[in-house]
Amino acid sequence: MHLVLYGVVLGVLIGGVFALMSSGLALVWGVMRILNLAQAAFVILGAYLAYTANVTFHIDPFAAILPIAVLMFGLGVGVFYLFYRPLRAERSTLSILVSYAILLGCVGILGSIYSTNDTFISPSYVLDSWKVLGFEVPIVEVVGFAISAALVGGLFWFLSASRLGRAIRAATQNPAAATLLGVRTDLVGSLGFGIGTATAAVAGAIYGMIYSFNPNSTLDLVGILLCIVVVGGFGSLSGAIVAAVALGISSSLVFVYQPVWSGLGFYGILAVMLLFRPQGLWGVAQWRVE
Amino acid sequence: MTRPTAWGAGRAVVIFGVLALLPFAFPAAWLVDLGFFGLMYAGLAVAWNLIGGYTGYIWLGLIGFFGFGAYALTITFQHTSVVSFWAPVGALIPIGIAAAIVAVPIGLVLMRVRGATFAVVSLSVLFIAEICASNWTAITNGAAGMPAPAPSIAAANFNRPFYLVMLALVALAMLISWYMRRSRIGLMLFAIRGDEERARGLGVPTLPVKLIAFAASCALAAMIGAVWAYYIGFIYPIFSFSPNTTFAVVMMVYLGGRGTLWGPLAGGLLVAPVQEYLAYTFGNAQFYLIGYAALFLIVIRFLPLGIVPSIHQAWLRRRSGEATPAPGTLPAT
Repeated sequence: MHLVLYGVVLGVLIGGVFALMSSGLALVWGVMRILNLAQAAFVILGAYLAYTANVTFHIDPFAAILPIAVLMFGLGVGVFYLFYRPLRAERSTLSILVSYAILLGCVGILGSIYSTNDTFISPSYVLDSWKVLGFEVPIVEVVGFAISAALVGGLFWFLSASRLGRAIRAATQNPAAATLLGVRTDLVGSLGFGIGTATAAVAGAIYGMIYSFNPNSTLDLVGILLCIVVVGGFGSLSGAIVAAVALGISSSLVFVYQPVWSGLGFYGILAVMLLFRPQGLWGVAQWRVE
Repeated sequence: MTRPTAWGAGRAVVIFGVLALLPFAFPAAWLVDLGFFGLMYAGLAVAWNLIGGYTGYIWLGLIGFFGFGAYALTITFQHTSVVSFWAPVGALIPIGIAAAIVAVPIGLVLMRVRGATFAVVSLSVLFIAEICASNWTAITNGAAGMPAPAPSIAAANFNRPFYLVMLALVALAMLISWYMRRSRIGLMLFAIRGDEERARGLGVPTLPVKLIAFAASCALAAMIGAVWAYYIGFIYPIFSFSPNTTFAVVMMVYLGGRGTLWGPLAGGLLVAPVQEYLAYTFGNAQFYLIGYAALFLIVIRFLPLGIVPSIHQAWLRRRSGEATPAPGTLPAT
């Protein structure tokens, strides 16, 4: 029983980080109808940036989060204008292919800069843990969860209260009407894409302190992030968050009992979801996706 | 739908005749090897097109069945030491049937969703298959891989028979693809691509029709995967269930012309040798990935319509002077 509770606690903590990763994916799909498989590559890129900041420049990985976010926001806006904006017809399907190509390019570039061996971001406190209610909880997971939760909360506030956030939601709900009302959908889309990229990279910096990673970890992450978005309901931010936490708990529980098959925990939930509620937790049945 | 025309049949005979003669005209082993991979990707592209082109569903799990076929052949013959060349070839049909049977329940689950959700969920079929092959060590020997059956054939021109078997599979795939287009099934599939709700309203049995195309696509991929395993001699989970292969096949279909008969074949035969050439030149896997990503982006950026539809349009334009179809529509060539 103690083991189960421990699994749940760790699952919630890591689920928070996955929620941050997938919130960008959900946002970008919601706003631009872009299915950005490269989100996983941006996560790993963020992890490597934090690694470099720590090893080469001796910056604490948590302190490096802010510059990484700024840098990756810029990169996201650039990638959007270069690769996604030209897609007009069939944007949602072509974006799958384009984003996979970007993912491949990132894996190749990361592999030639760093090696393809596993690395790990190891600040001095990486192995320390706090004792909370009898559970040994690693510090990095707690702080990482707190940062993720704060950022996801901030994202919610930004989308619901700020002017740009309202423009983004308007572009999500009805691009044509938003354009008529003066929302520059391309600009708004690129900013949304930049935000999605930045959050992915921040989540990656945290991920790199909890798990070891290499450029090919991207492919494992793609599957997990996509599962989260589908289970949550395509494009729904709240759905993605709930799904991320649920999937974090389930995979950490499976890990406790069956380490070999923990990778399948995510997919098991996905299959059950498809059978009983194909549109996902928060999703609307989308029978007419363009 | 349409009867086989003399022009169409003649075109098929000429193309497949030339493809069959190639390994005799250019017997160098590396050329036949390139040809083998060209045909393999062409066959996969034709199989993908049955779903991705005809119904418009972005089907990203095809390589899951390719790997299924590879492992099915390898596991079947794992205790047979030396085999005649034809024994594993004879197993292709049962493997195809097995894949079609496995495909039906998977298809039933997948077909509950559409659009981008289908794309994502179908991709997870591939990931699940890879996880199973990597972790189910009792059957698949896990990440360490398995040796495929080794045929006892002469070393000279050893890859020519593999080329010809793959060519036969591609011909079978083209035959199925052509038959589906001209039959009622094809009409119903195109109706689903146009507007699934309306098609259903008009009485098209959408689910059974989609499942037929899906099972055919999976069976072809499994047979091709089995020949691939037989040819390369040793299989690993990461290469048998590679997302790179999946997306390469999709890109080839887009390059050739989605939903057309000859487009996927052309796309596969054009891109696969380039891809293999990149792999030879950039021995370093990282540069290969970067080069391949660039190729991918260029193809999508500049040829959204596909080769076969573009040629067809140019031909129509020259014949009639005017009258180009609206951009974004898929001509039914």
